[in-house]
Amino acid sequence: MKATRLSIIAGIAVASLALAGCSGGSGGSSDNSGGDDSRGPITYVQGKDNSNVVRPLIDKWNKAHPKEKVTFKEQSDQADQQHDDLVQHFQAKDSNYDVVDVDVIWTAEFAAKGWLQPLTGKYKMDNSKLLPATVKTGTYNKIQYAAPQTSDGGILYYRKDLVPTPPKTWDEMMADCSIAKQAGIGCYAGQYAKYEGLTVNVAEAINTAGGTIVGEDGKTPTLNTPEAKKGLQRLVDGFKDGNIPAEAITYQEEQGRQAFEAGKLLFLRNWPYVFNLAKTDGSSTVKDTFGIAPLPGDGGPGASSLGGHNAAISTYSKHKATAFDFVKFLQSEETQKFFVTQGSLSPVIASLYDDADLNAKFPYLSTLKTSIEHAVPRPVSPFYPAITKAVQDNAYAALKGSMSVDEALKNMGDAIKTAGSGS
Amino acid sequence: MSAPEVAKPVARTPKPPMRAGAKKARRGERRVALYLIAPTIILLAIVIGYPVVSAIVMSFQKDAGLDPATGMFVQGGFAGFSNYTHWLLQQCSTADGGTTACPPGNLGSGFWNATFVTFFFTVVTVILETVLGMWMALIMNRTFKGRGLVRAAILIPWAIPTAVTAKLWFFIFSVSGIANALLNTQILWTSDEWASRFAIIIADTWKTTPFMALLILAGLQLIPEDVYEAAKVDGATTFQRFWRVTMPLVKPALMVAVLFRILDALRIYDLPAILTGGGGGNGNATTTLSILVIDQIRQGFNSASALSTITFLIIFIVAFIFVRFLGANVVRTQESQQKGKL
Repeated sequence: MKATRLSIIAGIAVASLALAGCSGGSGGSSDNSGGDDSRGPITYVQGKDNSNVVRPLIDKWNKAHPKEKVTFKEQSDQADQQHDDLVQHFQAKDSNYDVVDVDVIWTAEFAAKGWLQPLTGKYKMDNSKLLPATVKTGTYNKIQYAAPQTSDGGILYYRKDLVPTPPKTWDEMMADCSIAKQAGIGCYAGQYAKYEGLTVNVAEAINTAGGTIVGEDGKTPTLNTPEAKKGLQRLVDGFKDGNIPAEAITYQEEQGRQAFEAGKLLFLRNWPYVFNLAKTDGSSTVKDTFGIAPLPGDGGPGASSLGGHNAAISTYSKHKATAFDFVKFLQSEETQKFFVTQGSLSPVIASLYDDADLNAKFPYLSTLKTSIEHAVPRPVSPFYPAITKAVQDNAYAALKGSMSVDEALKNMGDAIKTAGSGS
Repeated sequence: MSAPEVAKPVARTPKPPMRAGAKKARRGERRVALYLIAPTIILLAIVIGYPVVSAIVMSFQKDAGLDPATGMFVQGGFAGFSNYTHWLLQQCSTADGGTTACPPGNLGSGFWNATFVTFFFTVVTVILETVLGMWMALIMNRTFKGRGLVRAAILIPWAIPTAVTAKLWFFIFSVSGIANALLNTQILWTSDEWASRFAIIIADTWKTTPFMALLILAGLQLIPEDVYEAAKVDGATTFQRFWRVTMPLVKPALMVAVLFRILDALRIYDLPAILTGGGGGNGNATTTLSILVIDQIRQGFNSASALSTITFLIIFIVAFIFVRFLGANVVRTQESQQKGKL
């Protein structure tokens, strides 16, 4: 009997120990000393490697650095799951997540949590060759926390059989809509379903008109301006006039691409990935009849939102010197070139966009460069999820016509204000 | 056996030895029972008790805020009921520490809408599924050629994972999808306020009616054939046989099935999350409470804990009311059934 009782007590003890282990994250001592100059094997964490870019790169690195091997930890292909996975490992102060690949919109959140090693002092990166807008996405509170790894920008796809010269400004594009009407197709579409793509498109409209969503500090809303109003008003009017077809309110990237490939749209705002698909897809009816141009703006090219990912070093890494070298390796010209040729990813080094060989293979690169050069990052804020929610909810209501543009911008600003002050 | 067990009966000498022996045996039995149950109790405490308590504790903490000097996150501290008033009274805190009504675009402003949407889905889908499920069960309960095939066919929607179902209906309801092609309409199923709600209801009914049918069928099969024969001999019409014989006898199974479905429908997440992303109408026409919780998790755990505690209480109250007022009936029906009164 005693033995049983003892074993039960032991069982409870073990269970509560396990519990204490689970609840970690809040307590525990911080251990980010050491590591600084240390070298050794590290792990690189990234979302699903769909076009087999990362493994060849890591093989190459491992051959050159047999004592500082990199292991690849592959996450799922869902952005939300990647985000939550990183959060969980950082909260557990996991020293096995040395170099992590973060979406541009998560950088500020992770930096403010103290999870990313500031890239200052001996970790200073050389940003001189990079497209400046990409560096902004990795910078929080004037300190760089993440090194741009890949970029992305919106471009305008148009039907060159119907519109010989692409429109340079929004007004020119709207004027071209009469051509679409004659041809019996929709004129222009972007991504207006209520998801992250809507924030991208609304930010582009507002930035193109010269407005901003938040100020330099990343939290004070700056939507009460004529420019911001002009930007959102353009999209709202587009829906009202029918220049943007009503069903575009349900479009994400793929629905827009399908409509364009089916010949149902004159203009489409989308990412560069559409280029190859529209050229090669069996179902594409516009293979030889579409062209690309920078997004239309106000005089000059429009302001695209920036996509892409940054590489960052975890503060909990035990081999930061190796991690730093690996981040530099990811940003090297050779690696960046490989990103383009192997994965059709957009590089962050400016000169690559003018590379003749690459342009022959990827004709959209020079257009994309214009797009990224004029691009404005989405708000760099630790409260990005709340900001994007504020933008999406109110912009969506305005596009649907159930909220006036003024009201939508006011609510957007108010909601952004509440984002930074707890709940 | 060790010393303590022997010592105890000695202390109670006045009692007859025979009874003491029986008592001792019973006490030993009880202790063994306790030891046997203990692992389950401990396991339940770990997997159910701990998370619930932890969530409630978290819901009284403020979400981390920024230190204005460093721009780094700092712990929020004790929040009192502010996380709860945030949801229930739609109060948002402002930068200067005061409170203001939550503006649209803040998750807090969506609470009552989400509550309405959740209950609307629950009421409509459960009613539809009960009626259709009953009908399906009656068909499956008959003997006819190819009954096995029909039974299997009816079960297919239930066997498909919800995420797949949602994606399936997502394509059906897309603007150029088959739903619009068949109906010859241009309805924006995922964007219009009521169309998006009905899209969810249609998909959910399609998916879960077989579950209802299965549970009701189990109840139908318990009804002995001779009751019907007796009713026939007494000259009962088909309708009377259904209303006076089938319904009362199938009621216990039906009630359990309805209860399950209500609890399930109140926490509906995956179907609207994938089919409409919680959108439609002004962007929140299909946002249920669970979708709101998941959205909030990315903005702050503690406030999300408060919301999930509220959701838990809502579901608990609904289940309690149901069991108290209708569930008590379930037990009584079963008892009288056993006594042969029905």
